[in-house]
Amino acid sequence: MCLAIPARIASIDDNRMATVDILGVSRVVSLDLVPEAVVDDWVLVHAGFALQVIEEEYAVETLELLKSVPFFEDQEPLIAEEA
Amino acid sequence: MDLSAFRDPVIARGLIEAISKTDTGPVKIMEVCGTHTVSIAKNGLRAVMPERVTLLSGPGCPVCVTANHDIDHAVALAQRPDVILTTFGDMMKVPGSYSSLAREKAEGRDVRIVYSPLDALALAEKEPGREVVFVAVGFETTAPLIASAILRAQDQGLENFSVFCAHKTVPIALEALVNDPEVQIDAFILPGHVSTIIGSEPYRFLAERYGVPGVITGFEPVDVLQGVYMILKQLEEGRAEIEIAYHRGVLPEGNPTAQAIVERVFEPTDADWRGIGVIPGTGLGIREEFARFDAARRLPVTLPEPKEIKGCQCGEVLRGVTLPFECKLFARACTPEHPVGPCMVSSEGSCAAYYRFTDYGRPES
Ligand code: SF4
Repeated sequence: MCLAIPARIASIDDNRMATVDILGVSRVVSLDLVPEAVVDDWVLVHAGFALQVIEEEYAVETLELLKSVPFFEDQEPLIAEEA
Repeated sequence: MDLSAFRDPVIARGLIEAISKTDTGPVKIMEVCGTHTVSIAKNGLRAVMPERVTLLSGPGCPVCVTANHDIDHAVALAQRPDVILTTFGDMMKVPGSYSSLAREKAEGRDVRIVYSPLDALALAEKEPGREVVFVAVGFETTAPLIASAILRAQDQGLENFSVFCAHKTVPIALEALVNDPEVQIDAFILPGHVSTIIGSEPYRFLAERYGVPGVITGFEPVDVLQGVYMILKQLEEGRAEIEIAYHRGVLPEGNPTAQAIVERVFEPTDADWRGIGVIPGTGLGIREEFARFDAARRLPVTLPEPKEIKGCQCGEVLRGVTLPFECKLFARACTPEHPVGPCMVSSEGSCAAYYRFTDYGRPES
């Protein structure tokens, strides 16, 4: 339940909502918790919010792992459907 | 031994070797977080530990530690005709004393699964005539999101959004486990993403006051092994510290912005943990200033007398006193298809993890 996954910020609107790309799926997440985040930053995303800005190197590595082995295959979907 | 499931077998093998070479007496290490429980079970990490090292699952599945009366309360809110109840998917099937949210939905109540508390906010905007309640269950990872949603609702002047908050905080709860005479815990594998928010400082008292080391680790098998190795090294050298093995995701200071937002909206309260009981200061209550966003205050309900689930030993499992397969119902009356207790419902529950990934019915090692 406390899983967070890396995503890259593509754009940010006036309301501090960012469009991010998570494994090819575009989602809108809040940047309320990461005021320092700018476009192109990598962030850890959890339930519609960016929790932390992270190093690109780590983000890419984590995504590769997530892609290669569906670690949480029968858990909550990593990329949930729009509600 | 099949190492193919390891993410990086070479590193993993090196770590397993290093672990086996440490020099300690018998050690009980509790993994606090449900995501770690899944990683350990799925990757068979218990089986590669030396005999002297026991890995115990702890209370870190937020759904599992939610007390029956909190679930009853959510159910009662769902039963109000003016309410649209929103929740994360994990909560749906968790049985309360008499019902679950899934059952209420099947019976026609308006219960909806959302991905984010912001989805609940959007719904409140769309449905001004209804009361939209978000059932907030989780730890520090999720608390800032809830706080932030409440602040956004206030900014937008939303009048029909509220939160039923059963959130809990981790560090003080670990103290209760350390003091539990029924289980002797020598060290903790500490949760990765809870610590992304709170950092390492809030756990320090465990090392300093109780001499219990802890290592914050990530969720890959190699991360967990590294965490175990660092713990054993501490024990071998007679140190007790809180270390971070997950520098990729955790800074020592955590995320101060998130901490400030939580502090603004919530105040510490007592929380009732399934199996552990009430632990002062481990709940998050909505501050008076934001009372109109508190579903418990805003939308009165009558609650039934809570009733424990017969035969379910989730409480003991959550404290590491009983292993899932020691429960008489495990894999018999209780399976993921027909769960009796929350530890079998939640994908991160210990019983579910054991059921799915181990030779259940007997110890795996
Ligand atoms: S196996 Fe089922 S009944 Fe037994 S403790 Fe686990 S969840 Fe409860």
